[in-house]
Amino acid sequence: MITTPRRRLLRAAAVTAVAALALSACGGASDDGKSSNTGGAKDVAAALKKGGTITVWAWEPTLKAVAKDFEAEHPNVKVKLVNAGTGNDQYTALQNAVKAGKGVPDVAQIEYYALPQFSLAKSVADISSFGASGLDSTFTPGPWASVKQNNGIYGLPMDSGPMALFYNKEVFDKYKVAVPKTWDEYVTAAEKIHAANPKAYIANDIGDAGFTTSMIWQAGGQPFKVDGEKVSINLGDAGSKRFADTWQKLLDKKLLAPTASWSDGWYKGLGDGTIATLTLGAWMPANLESGVKAGAGKWRVAPMPQWEAGANATSENGGSSLAIPTASKNKALAYAFADYATAGKGAQTRVDAGAFPATTKQINSPEFVNKKSDYFGGQEINKVLAASAEDVVKGWSYLPFQVYANSIFNDTVGKAYVSKTTLADGLQDWQKKSVSYGDQQGFTVN
Amino acid sequence: MVATGSVVAPARKAASSSSHYRRSWAGWGFLAPFAVIFALVFLAPIAYSIYLSVYQDKLIGGNSFVGFDNYQQALTDPVFWDSVRRVGLFLVVQVPIMLFLALLAALAIDGGRLYGAALFRISIFLPYAVPAVVATLMWGFMYGNQFGLVGSINDTFGISLPDPLGPGLVLASIGNIVTWEFVGYNMLIFYAALRVIPVSLYEAAAIDGASEFRIIRAIKLPAIRGALVIATIFSIIGSFQLFNEPNILHYVAKNAINTQYTPNMYAYSLSFSGQQYNYSATIAIIMGLLTMVIAYTVQLRGMRKAL
Repeated sequence: MITTPRRRLLRAAAVTAVAALALSACGGASDDGKSSNTGGAKDVAAALKKGGTITVWAWEPTLKAVAKDFEAEHPNVKVKLVNAGTGNDQYTALQNAVKAGKGVPDVAQIEYYALPQFSLAKSVADISSFGASGLDSTFTPGPWASVKQNNGIYGLPMDSGPMALFYNKEVFDKYKVAVPKTWDEYVTAAEKIHAANPKAYIANDIGDAGFTTSMIWQAGGQPFKVDGEKVSINLGDAGSKRFADTWQKLLDKKLLAPTASWSDGWYKGLGDGTIATLTLGAWMPANLESGVKAGAGKWRVAPMPQWEAGANATSENGGSSLAIPTASKNKALAYAFADYATAGKGAQTRVDAGAFPATTKQINSPEFVNKKSDYFGGQEINKVLAASAEDVVKGWSYLPFQVYANSIFNDTVGKAYVSKTTLADGLQDWQKKSVSYGDQQGFTVN
Repeated sequence: MVATGSVVAPARKAASSSSHYRRSWAGWGFLAPFAVIFALVFLAPIAYSIYLSVYQDKLIGGNSFVGFDNYQQALTDPVFWDSVRRVGLFLVVQVPIMLFLALLAALAIDGGRLYGAALFRISIFLPYAVPAVVATLMWGFMYGNQFGLVGSINDTFGISLPDPLGPGLVLASIGNIVTWEFVGYNMLIFYAALRVIPVSLYEAAAIDGASEFRIIRAIKLPAIRGALVIATIFSIIGSFQLFNEPNILHYVAKNAINTQYTPNMYAYSLSFSGQQYNYSATIAIIMGLLTMVIAYTVQLRGMRKAL
C-alpha cells in the first residue's frame, strides 16, 4: 500500500483487467460435441476396454473411494479426481474452462439447481444415448426429474436431499411443546419455545435462497417455468404466497434466530438447544454428527411439517449430479465412470460412507432403512428420510440462471429480514431483478 | 579553415546522427525489461478491458459487438450509481475523520511532550500491519450481537445496543474498521513530513515568543501541506476501491451489505456470479476514470493552494 497514488490506481486497473482477462479467457467458441464418441452403450463398453484417463471435478468426499474401486476394476482406466472448488467456485471455473475450450473435465459434479444453467448453454452433454435413458426406475423420482430437461438427460443423480424436520427433542420435551405436523403448528411451537426461553428459537434463518425455494416447492408453488429459451418467473403464485404469509409471521414476531447457517454460532446453537429445529435435506445427519458433537442423543427426525393437515408433500433441498461436459474428449469413458459412481457399485460404497442415496435400490434396502442411528438416540432415521424421497412434489423446475438468481437473493428478499420490507415484497423484487437479468442474457422472460 | 570546416561538418553530422540512432536503441534496450512487463501487466489488460467493454456475451445469442451500449447502460444504471453514492458518502465522512485523527497523533508525537512517543507511534501504526482480511474478521466478530463482543456487552449489562451490522449502521461500522486500519499509516506520512522541518524555524519562533498552537498553525501545517494532499489522494482512491471490508462483512451481514454495495463489489459480482464480464469491465473502466478525475482535481487544487 505504500505506493504512489498513480501506481495504486494502475494496479487497481490492472487487477480488474487481469481478472476479467482470466475470467473470459480467449473467448473461443466451445465445440458443440464434435468429439468422436457421441453415443451408444456399445461405445461405453468399448471405451472401458480401451481404457484411458478421465478427469473428474467434484468436491463430494465419498467419490475418492469410488474412483479407487473403479480403477481397480478397470486397470487401463485412470481417474483424476480434482477438487476445483465447492458449488459456485467450481461452476465459475467450469464455465471459464468451457469458454476457453481448454482444461474442461470429463465429469463434473453439478448441483441440481445449477444444472439447467449448463444444460441450456449446451455446456454439458445429453447422455440419454449412452444408456441413461434406460435408468428410469434406477433413481428416485425427485432427483431423476431434476436431471431431465427438454427431453434430454444431462446428468446422473449422485445424491439427494428430500427434506425432513430435524429437531432437538430435549428442547421440545423441556418446554412441553408438541413436534409440529403443520406449518401453523410450527409457528405456534416457535412462539412457545421463544416465550419459555427468550434465548431459544425454533430455527435460524437470515434468508437462504435454497431453503426458500424448497419451501415454495413443498407448498405447491411453481414460480419458475422454463420452455427452452422462454422463461416465466412468478414469485407471487399461490405456493409462494403460502410460504411468504406463514414465514412473515415468524419474522414479525422475531421468532427466528438471526444466525447464518454453517457459522460458528449456528453449530453452537444446534448443540446447546438455542436453535431447536432444522428443515433441511436428508444429507444433514452426517453434518450434525460431525459438526455438533454436543447434540448427540438429543436430535430426532420427523416428517416435514405440512401446509395442509394430513398431507404428506415434501420437496428436495440440495443434492448433486454427475454431468459430462460437451467438450469432453472421452464421453463414453466418462459416462462409464458416472454410471458406476451413481447407479453401479459406487452407489453402495457412497451410502456406506454416509451419503444419502438417489437410487431406489439403496433407499429401499432393509439394511439402509432399518439402520439405527446412535446420534439420533437409536432412531431409524432413514425410514423417515426415505419416505420423504417418495413424496417429493412433482413439476418443480429451477431457472436456467438459478446460480445468479440465488446470488442476489439476499439483496432482495434478504431485506425482509432486516427492515420493514415484507417477504412478499422481497420476493417481488427478487422476481424483478431476475427477470431483468434473464432479459439481458437473451431469454424471453415472462 | 572555412573549407576544412565545411568538409568536416557533414561528416560529423552523419557520424553524430548515426551514433544518435545507435544510442536511442541502446536506451530501448535498457527500457525493455520494464517496457515488456509494463505492456504485459498493465497496457494489455487495460486494452483487453476496453475491448471487452464494447461487446456483449449472452447465454442465448452469444457474443456480439455493441459499441457503447454497455457504457450507456452503466451511466443510467441506478444500482451502479447507488454504489458510487455510497462510497462518495463514505469518502466525505470517513476520510476527514481519519486524517484529522492521524494529524492529531502525528502532532502529539512530534510535539516532544509525549512520554513514550516511540511506543505510541508503533502502537498506532500497528493496525496497518494487520492484513485487512484479518482485521475485518476480527471486527466482524466484535460487532456480532449474537455471539460477539456486542452480544456479550448486551448480556452483561442487560441492554440492547443497536446492531452495528444492521442496515442503518453498517457503513459506519466499515468506516470504523478502515479508520482503525489507516490512521497509523497516515500518521506516519504526516510525522515524516514534520520531521524534516528545520529546527531553526522553531528556534526563531521560540525567540519571538510563539505559543505551541501558533507554531502548529504558522509553521507545521503549512510545511506539511504536500503530505496532506498526498494522504488525501491516497484516501480518495482507497475509498473508491472499497472492497475487502464490505465483501468480508457481507458473509456475516448478507442482508445489510448487498452484492452491489460498492462499485468494486458490483464489478466483482457481475463477473463472478453473473458471468457479465463485458459489463463488469465497463464498470471498472468508468470507476477508474472517475477516480482519476477526482484524484487529479484534488491534486490540482491542493497544489494551487500551496503556491
